[in-house]
Amino acid sequence: MKKSAAARRNARREALAGYGFVLPQLVGFCLLVLLPLINVFIYSFHNKNMLFGTNIYVGFDNFANLFGNDPLFWLTLKNTLVFSVLLVPLNLVLALLLALYLGEGRPGTRYIRTVIFLPVVTSGVAWAIVWKYLLQGGTAGPINWFLSLLGVQGPNWLLEKGWAMAAVVVNRVLKNLGTNVLIFFGAVMNMPQDVIEAARMDGAGSFTLLRKIKLPLLMPTILMVAIVTMIGSMRVFDTIRLMTDGGPEGSTMVLVYYIYHQAFKMFNTGYASAIAVVLFVIVLVLTIAQWTLRKRVSHYEG
Amino acid sequence: MKAKRVTQRAGQVVMLVAVTALFVYPFWWMLVNSLNTAAQVFGAPTLLPVSWRWRNYVEIFEIQPFARHCVNSVLVAVVGTAGNILVAGLSGYGFARLRFPGRGVLFMLLLTALMMPIEVIIVPLFFQMLGWGFDDSLVPLMLLPIFGSQGAFSAFMFRQFFVTVPGELEEAAKLDGLGYFGTFWHIMLPIAKPVISSGAILAFLAAWNTYLEPLVFTSSIEKYTLPLSLNNFNDAYGQPQWNLQMAATTVSVLPIMLVYLFFQEKVTDAMVNSGLK
Repeated sequence: MKKSAAARRNARREALAGYGFVLPQLVGFCLLVLLPLINVFIYSFHNKNMLFGTNIYVGFDNFANLFGNDPLFWLTLKNTLVFSVLLVPLNLVLALLLALYLGEGRPGTRYIRTVIFLPVVTSGVAWAIVWKYLLQGGTAGPINWFLSLLGVQGPNWLLEKGWAMAAVVVNRVLKNLGTNVLIFFGAVMNMPQDVIEAARMDGAGSFTLLRKIKLPLLMPTILMVAIVTMIGSMRVFDTIRLMTDGGPEGSTMVLVYYIYHQAFKMFNTGYASAIAVVLFVIVLVLTIAQWTLRKRVSHYEG
Repeated sequence: MKAKRVTQRAGQVVMLVAVTALFVYPFWWMLVNSLNTAAQVFGAPTLLPVSWRWRNYVEIFEIQPFARHCVNSVLVAVVGTAGNILVAGLSGYGFARLRFPGRGVLFMLLLTALMMPIEVIIVPLFFQMLGWGFDDSLVPLMLLPIFGSQGAFSAFMFRQFFVTVPGELEEAAKLDGLGYFGTFWHIMLPIAKPVISSGAILAFLAAWNTYLEPLVFTSSIEKYTLPLSLNNFNDAYGQPQWNLQMAATTVSVLPIMLVYLFFQEKVTDAMVNSGLK
């Protein structure tokens, strides 16, 4: 009887200590993540303008305007989609090819592993500034200068519709490629060698081997990386702002940039919050997909 | 057989040239043009600087308070990283080793921060910071790496680590008369070195490289961090002064790159881990 009272006292002391340990993080989380998340939903139902100081409840008006009345929003959604649809496959294919190449242990492996990670640790800002310099129009920039050696007149990359989007996509792919290469490389090294050896003994060529054995083995990792990369692509901001500023003619204006534009250039903070809610829903759906997939992958792995 | 060897060799060379052109050459150009005059950066690129104009590196400090921007960046990254490790170490330990009602639910709640893009909550955060008196201030830039998604990720890593530590260590610490905090501080935190280093690398890089946050939370030029400062070197017509931008960018990138080259394995492991979160 006495002992259980002591045990209970100990349990209570442990619980109190436990709350003490997690308190700082949880308080910060509530103030800096949870509270603003609740607020972004509240704001999205208000006509809130930073400049005029207005803050009027308007129900779903912001969303109605967004979807029914704002061609720029639809353009932004389309651009975001185009950006992702271009970026994700390009990133995955290049990363996979490099990982498979590295997996063969050819000379230069160590060098490649080292340098593909240089842009990953570099800020997006620095990487964008350097590329903005490289991509200058005419023959002022090094890239067009090289093209002119081949007799090609390079476009004014960042000021021409289409090329600007392509330039931003390539910039982002190169920036983050290293991480995906190393993730795939880990998966490549974990492939069961006996299976591959057996297939090779049966006379499978390297292309058949890739298609029938290696790709299926890597598929869970590929799907995971695809979703994570897609979520990342939804969040591109610094590259856009520095390289194209959303232009030309809004052709590189993406969701995150539009949030920034509406909130801090037009001061329509309520409207910007409605766009942020749309972004939140997209990222939420992708994250749920990622988590379910990961559960299935770890199940499959063992 | 010999022809195959030749094509293989050629393939390797092409691969090495392509990788160098895409991942090394841009940085080399940055370095070279950081030592050219404003006019020399255009036209035919050269492999080495034309004029070796070291004065560029002096001018960047004269044109705007660039030294101040460096100090701001260091301050934000150091405070943010230290706070991140301390706060996440505490909570990771609490969630892993101490039993209290609501532990599982609270941990799951914290993990939702992992998926929260700062871009979604930046507008309300701006008003909150304004309300708390952090107008045009570096404080929000220090708080976010501690409590935002990077903080939650560190807490997650700490918890995963502490869960695997055998209970005998705590028993021994208790016999030595250490309380809960003493056990954490003297026994558990020191053995969590691998987590500390990965968490610190990720938090530091995130704080050093972040752009949207300083753009939103600071306004006067004295409060800028490096990412805001770099493209701020423009001539009277608003055209970029490339040689100065390249010099400033070199100053911001080089320290990070050297640290990466020294601790390559640690840095890539940490980034790959966080890429899979």
